[in-house]
Amino acid sequence: MPVCRDDRGMTTTAQPPSAPASLRRGLLRLAAAVTTPLLPDDYLDLVAPLRSGADLRGRIVEVRPETPDAATIVIQPGRDWQGHRPGQYVRLGVDVDGVRQWRSYSVTSAPAGRHGPITITVKAIPDGLVSNHLVRHAQPGTIVQLDQAQGDFVLPATPPARVLLVTAGSGITPVMGMLRSGALAGVDVTLVHSAPTAADVIFGAALRDLAAAGALRLVERHTKDDGQLSLVDLAALVPDHLERETWACGPAGLLDVLTAHWDAAGHRERLHTEQFRPTIISPGEGGTVTFGRSGVTVAADGSTPLLEAGEGAGVLMPSGCRMGICYGCVLPLRQGAVRDLRNGSLTTAVPGDGVLVQTCVSAAAGPCDLDH
Amino acid sequence: MTVLQRKPVNPIAHLTAEDIEVIGKELDAIRDRVMADLGERDARYIRRLIRTQRSLELGSRAVLLFSLFPPAWIVGTAGLSIAKILENMEIGHNILHGQWDWMRDPKIHSTTWEWDHVSPAEQWKHSHNELHHRYTNVIGKDNDLGYGIMRVDEDQRWHPLHLGQPLWNLINACFFEYGIAAYDLELGRNLKKGRHRDPAFRARARAVGRKIRRQVLKDYVLHPLLSGPSFLSTLAATFTANLVRNLWSHSVIMCGHFPEGVETFEKTSIEGETRGEWYLRQMLGSANISGSRLLHIMSGNLSHQIEHHLFPDLPSNRYREVVPEVRALFDRYGLKYTTGSLPRQVFSAWKKVIRFSLPNRRPRDRANNRSAPALRTSGA
Repeated sequence: MPVCRDDRGMTTTAQPPSAPASLRRGLLRLAAAVTTPLLPDDYLDLVAPLRSGADLRGRIVEVRPETPDAATIVIQPGRDWQGHRPGQYVRLGVDVDGVRQWRSYSVTSAPAGRHGPITITVKAIPDGLVSNHLVRHAQPGTIVQLDQAQGDFVLPATPPARVLLVTAGSGITPVMGMLRSGALAGVDVTLVHSAPTAADVIFGAALRDLAAAGALRLVERHTKDDGQLSLVDLAALVPDHLERETWACGPAGLLDVLTAHWDAAGHRERLHTEQFRPTIISPGEGGTVTFGRSGVTVAADGSTPLLEAGEGAGVLMPSGCRMGICYGCVLPLRQGAVRDLRNGSLTTAVPGDGVLVQTCVSAAAGPCDLDH
Repeated sequence: MTVLQRKPVNPIAHLTAEDIEVIGKELDAIRDRVMADLGERDARYIRRLIRTQRSLELGSRAVLLFSLFPPAWIVGTAGLSIAKILENMEIGHNILHGQWDWMRDPKIHSTTWEWDHVSPAEQWKHSHNELHHRYTNVIGKDNDLGYGIMRVDEDQRWHPLHLGQPLWNLINACFFEYGIAAYDLELGRNLKKGRHRDPAFRARARAVGRKIRRQVLKDYVLHPLLSGPSFLSTLAATFTANLVRNLWSHSVIMCGHFPEGVETFEKTSIEGETRGEWYLRQMLGSANISGSRLLHIMSGNLSHQIEHHLFPDLPSNRYREVVPEVRALFDRYGLKYTTGSLPRQVFSAWKKVIRFSLPNRRPRDRANNRSAPALRTSGA
């Protein structure tokens, strides 16, 4: 029986291939020998980037403005898209100013199987590189990178009888996916949504239509006039809130308050939360550097290259010219911020960004987690 | 040419240590400014180039399926030669330098790229990026000075084998990619020192062997076989394309550091070298080729060798833009910016290969020149 190694180096056994499968594999090997050092995929990508077997990508089909600072992006995913469950999100890789940036966005469309287009709805946040690009500059026809949908912020197979949805700002997006899916049809649904003003309510018209049609009870909280939603407000608006299966999505502050409240009432299991604001990396001077795979953590100041910090702690570091020209020392920065010692420029990363940094000329600018 | 430290007239004697550091700061500023400006337009440039190269290669190979017809042979061979040159020079060389790493695109990245060349990218990156670019033109440290088989400087010791170096150089030019693979392996030195049993060397040699097998299988077996009755003519076509690519890249690369006017440096002169001094060594140790936009692209912008050596990780499409500023800096500090047309520089480099195949006319009186200032003028 053939034994193959997967990318984690674990040994697994595989079934002997059937005749058509081995013929297919033989042909692929031959095609790769014909195109070496490239792969046949590199050529096929030029003409069919969304084909089956390619890295998962999508094509922007349409950009629809929702509010002055939010837009819905319609994306046709590639052939290997496996569909999504309402409430899940996708990671999206977009080239902004030539640099690949990855962000997560909830899918706001109803599940359309493996072939239909999906929509995400993006709110431009101040200084948000990717959100501003998507809302204001995204062009139909652009190819974006995708991951399969993921996330546990989903409805159970059999929806509960009474549901409460608490959202704020762009926290409405996963909930909109749930509402559009039809999974909550016939369920007693109350939605409490906070936004600065009525005009800032993403999907405002659609939500009001749903409420008018009796699909849900909608409570809009316009925080500019009414102030932030408090637990007292919530109890007054939805007296039976603790008895409802609840899904909440919004900023960390709101979620923390709700979690503490449900916890204190002994009903934590009825509250499902999702916070999808990106991890905030606040750069500083120096920090703890973690070499994940080596299992080493070391404190480094803002003037010590990561290479030296690692070597000083006994980590076997790849290295080259030690002056920033040969790129022999680059390692993936899983999370954190580093500063280029030559010109002070900052590079930040959150998991999934896949940022590679030159360790010989980069110093920690806050806690750093290197994948090495 | 002789090491700068022993020249009767030292071309940097007029510079103070402070000047050299200021030059370094000014060059840093040029680099920072361009790096901060990189964006959409640059990404479009490299992606379009890759797309063009792949289409050209695919198209040329398709035409060569019918290479039995002379017009198809000519068109296909010309196209494939150009595709191979673009792939090695403006695309491969520059991506492997990390010039496009800033895009964070795993498909166009120095850590993932492999090129159409018999030397594996990993080994070439080590000998080229790490050694040649760091020790540029330092005698005894930079093997690019004569590639370990030729003598191109008065201060390299003469050996009777050097008599044949014009011939070696011609053979090396024809099979340049194999020369580079042997060079990256440090084949000569490793065999001479009996390191052929060393497991690390053997692993690297095996990697080269695998790469050669794959390249030969593709160019000289599979594509000719696909051509059916055109087997032999396709074989001849791919051989010709590889030969053209080798001769071209050899010529361009010879022009980078061999022409008249380029300085070399003593091993001891780089001990404790500052960033400014490193920059200065790159300025004096490289030579440009003047010409059209097309020449620059076909040479992988190594026609801007000076700018490339100053900023090896700056995207190559930007070298042309920084030329005026870099030249102004040379002028301001009274330094020689070596440049010339392709025929002139190729001639100059070949002249040197021929001249240094013979021993020096008279032994140099080294003791007399000991007092000449080193690259570091601080007197330290």
